[in-house]
Amino acid sequence: MAHEHKLEIFRGLLKFKSNVSKIWGVLIFLSLITIVEVAFGIIKPAALTGTYFLGMKLLNWIFIVLTLVKAYYIAWDFMHLRDEKSSLRRAIVWTPIFLVIYLVFILLVEADYIHNIYKDGFVAWNF
Amino acid sequence: MDTTVTTGEEENVWGGGNRPLGASYGKLMMWFFLVSDALTFSGFLAAYGFSRFKFMETWPIADEVFTHVPFFHGIYPMYYVAFMTFVLIMSSVTMVLAVDAGHKMKKNAVIWYMFATIIGGAIFVGSQAWEWATFINGDYGALETKGGRILQFVKADTGERASLADFATTIPGDRVDHERKNGVWYYDEGARTTFSLNEVAEGFKANSNILIRTEVLNEEGHKTLLTRPESLEKLKSATMVVEGANLIQNEYGSRLFADFFFFITGFHGFHVLTGVFINLIIFFNVVIGTYEKRGHYEMVEKVGLYWHFVDLVWVFVFTFFYLV
Repeated sequence: MAHEHKLEIFRGLLKFKSNVSKIWGVLIFLSLITIVEVAFGIIKPAALTGTYFLGMKLLNWIFIVLTLVKAYYIAWDFMHLRDEKSSLRRAIVWTPIFLVIYLVFILLVEADYIHNIYKDGFVAWNF
Repeated sequence: MDTTVTTGEEENVWGGGNRPLGASYGKLMMWFFLVSDALTFSGFLAAYGFSRFKFMETWPIADEVFTHVPFFHGIYPMYYVAFMTFVLIMSSVTMVLAVDAGHKMKKNAVIWYMFATIIGGAIFVGSQAWEWATFINGDYGALETKGGRILQFVKADTGERASLADFATTIPGDRVDHERKNGVWYYDEGARTTFSLNEVAEGFKANSNILIRTEVLNEEGHKTLLTRPESLEKLKSATMVVEGANLIQNEYGSRLFADFFFFITGFHGFHVLTGVFINLIIFFNVVIGTYEKRGHYEMVEKVGLYWHFVDLVWVFVFTFFYLV
């Protein structure tokens, strides 16, 4: 079984000599992201918690984006999706992404509606 | 592993031996499973988001709930979860290294990397068990109101949280725990709280330094602190003492928070546990040389996929439960 590994990350910005060194490189990158996340989570800069974008705190957007970046590198380099055929990769990635965005959109809109009912309606729940 | 088309006709797509996705049957099926499992977890996390958006202004702040680190006293939010995250990522790395060594047919390297992965997984599951135990035992204790909301206590002078033991009085003559040996008709009482509602209420009235904190988040994202007269008024709506958390009560705030905590981290922890067992099986197979005889280490790659998936899910659980 021939195993061809693509040894570049960041769109070719960083090239590794062997698969093993690429794995360690990805580990360093993932650890850095986690450290940044935890630092933000502990400090909670006021500039980021006070600013809102699309109804959510900027800090939370940063967390979600960093999570997706981490997920990308886990799937692409640890689960070897980078080395799979693009048809397999797309089937694996886009199916859940489509379904999850759909589900999250519906549930969060609905939850926001219920939240407003609780807030403005005549339903007593906080007593 | 390279299969050849045996029908003799190259155009015969349905003749068998065709692999349009370039992956073996086992690997494809593992991906099928992982995609469906990912959707299950997404369902849980989306349901969590639903409940959170619904109770946007009263949801507990994770930083104030998960504040403990084993062997250390004091309040250290997030550090332990960060450690757990790192352990899981690290065990993912040793897993890829095992897969990589497998491709090169280095049996001993596979054995050691698999071993490290299993140890990492065990540390993670143990940490999660500890996290659960701490969460279930509770921290400060609280009161629950008629409407099922939680009232917590704060020291007025320092602004620190006050535990029930800090101010509750002991009223002699109160009931003692009913035990099974004292009569079988009432043995499902369950554990009683350290202090009765009456003891907490009397202690609260006697100690003017204690204020009540409600679940409602204010503009700055902190919990609302009531003034002393408001607190005394609010105390009247309390119906019971809550210590710790379970599926029915939760001293940290919204009950749904505890439910989702148990459900989501529990489901994930179960995945890690099964992952450790599957890794163990494969580990022993590697040790006895099964894959050496088979000529390839694809099984290691398949369990590796599962293991990375568990890591992947944790990245999301970490964000949505602890960070956001």
